[in-house]
Amino acid sequence: MPVNKNKLRKRLREGALSWSWLLPSLIGVLIFFIVPFCVVIYYSVLDNPIFANFVGIDNFIKLFQNAAFLRATRNTLIFSVIAVPLSVVLSLWMAFALNSKIPGKSWLRSCFLCPLMVPIASVVLVWQVIFHNHGTLNQITELFGMEPVDWLKTNWSYGVLTVMFLWKTLGYNMILFMSAIAGIPQDIIEVAQLEGASSFYTFLHIKLRYLSPTILFVTILSIISSFKMFREVYLLTGDYPFESMYLLQHFMNNTFNSLDYQKLSSAAVLLAIVMIIIIGILFLVERKFGEDVEE
Amino acid sequence: MMQRIKRIFRKHFLTALLFVLALIAAVLFILPTVLTITNSFMTEKEITANYGAMIDNAAADKKAYISEDLNLKFIPDKVSLQQYASVLFKSPDYLLKFWNSVILVVPITVFQVLLAAVTAYGFSRYRGRIREIIFFSYIILMLMPYQVTLVPNYLVSDWIGILGTRWAIILPGIFSPFSVYLLTKVMRRIPKAYFEAARLDGASEIQVFFQICLPLCRSAMLSVGLLVFIDYWNMVEQPLILLKDEAQYPLSVFLSQINTGDVGLAFAVAVVYMIPALLLFLYGEEYLVEGITYSGGVKG
Repeated sequence: MPVNKNKLRKRLREGALSWSWLLPSLIGVLIFFIVPFCVVIYYSVLDNPIFANFVGIDNFIKLFQNAAFLRATRNTLIFSVIAVPLSVVLSLWMAFALNSKIPGKSWLRSCFLCPLMVPIASVVLVWQVIFHNHGTLNQITELFGMEPVDWLKTNWSYGVLTVMFLWKTLGYNMILFMSAIAGIPQDIIEVAQLEGASSFYTFLHIKLRYLSPTILFVTILSIISSFKMFREVYLLTGDYPFESMYLLQHFMNNTFNSLDYQKLSSAAVLLAIVMIIIIGILFLVERKFGEDVEE
Repeated sequence: MMQRIKRIFRKHFLTALLFVLALIAAVLFILPTVLTITNSFMTEKEITANYGAMIDNAAADKKAYISEDLNLKFIPDKVSLQQYASVLFKSPDYLLKFWNSVILVVPITVFQVLLAAVTAYGFSRYRGRIREIIFFSYIILMLMPYQVTLVPNYLVSDWIGILGTRWAIILPGIFSPFSVYLLTKVMRRIPKAYFEAARLDGASEIQVFFQICLPLCRSAMLSVGLLVFIDYWNMVEQPLILLKDEAQYPLSVFLSQINTGDVGLAFAVAVVYMIPALLLFLYGEEYLVEGITYSGGVKG
């Protein structure tokens, strides 16, 4: 059956062609991320790369007994748990506020986006001057008769981190929310108002539901940026910050320096699992909350 | 009548209040940037006098002139280009670091976006179960923090012998799935009929890609490129781990060390580093907003 054979060959060729678009990227991702990550998983259950004895979860247990790891995890967690919800709620509120008619909106938007564009390394000097022991913030609080605080070397550093985080993320999140708010169908809200729904009810049951995919996304983005706050801390305080600013990335850097593959790989695997669980939970919550409004 | 006036008054009052609040917020948002720029026009002496207390190891003879408190000043006493002159002519070190940043970030941005366009075409033109699974794993990969992805990157760079060279940062950067995700979302919104019609007219798949898909995605690619550029222009984690030689560090990492040494120059260097980002911002704010908006929703 020559015709059929030709057809089959044509289909095979098209199938191969369709995959060839993905091929370069797939190869790169496999080489630089997936395959080595499998090796990382493999390393995380061995005692050392040379003798390669299987030790199960011993490396993970050791990790949980490591004081530096515990401190880094605790600091990163506390910071993320405070800063991420704060950033999401504040930016959502600002997006609603700015959505009403006020003059000069595009100028305001430019100002809010500015922190996104300006490299952290450039503004870090100003942060240093503000939060220094003899810096601007202490001079201001002194006017009100308060004791000076060494912001970067006490537990206040969480506050400093949060302020810098909000400064960095609010504008970006706000833009995301504003475009999502613009996409809420107006007729539904009008109907709800005609039926006598309170503005609180429309907010909770209509607006928030339509926004829930965006809220999910903004939350995930903010979690990722909260893991990147190491940059600010590193630029502000160098390799060895005050202990309450010792973040996971500091721990990783130090472990890289000593090239402890077991510690590194078990930490990376653990973190990957935690991230996947968090993202999974967020997806599930979003699906439950926004299920009636699937477009 | 009274009622109406009251209502109008209330409405306008609220708007005004909102405007003032927004204005204050806006000022706070640009303040650090503005301060960095104005401070860069001070003389080195003025900077040292104002911020010298930040340097722990200032020479003893100079210390007499340095006030113990830091004075954050908005306007320089005397506008001068001294800092810039020093950066440009006396300390070529900084320009070298600037160049280090450029040769890391530009190839990553250009090739990541170009490769992503091809890949996104593959993901949007052909659908199927396996492709969906792959695309989903790209999303998961995109969401992984550096603390996870840098370990595999380090291992591979070590195996293929590029550890310590710029390639160790550039190659993983090019294959980073972020722009694939955004461009796929954009391309999936293009009506299928456009592509089908071109195919019926006898265009090959490659022609469809170049002559129909790419022109339609031009602004999307620009906006994605902007976002990628900003992200990598800021990089700190990768060079610290993947580069061994401090001479190859980009300026973003190096700026942290200036603060302890050359405070007098630091602001000018900071501004120089800011310039490409600010220019792109002024040129492409609309694209930037567009790019941010595309990313608004993991599904969609």
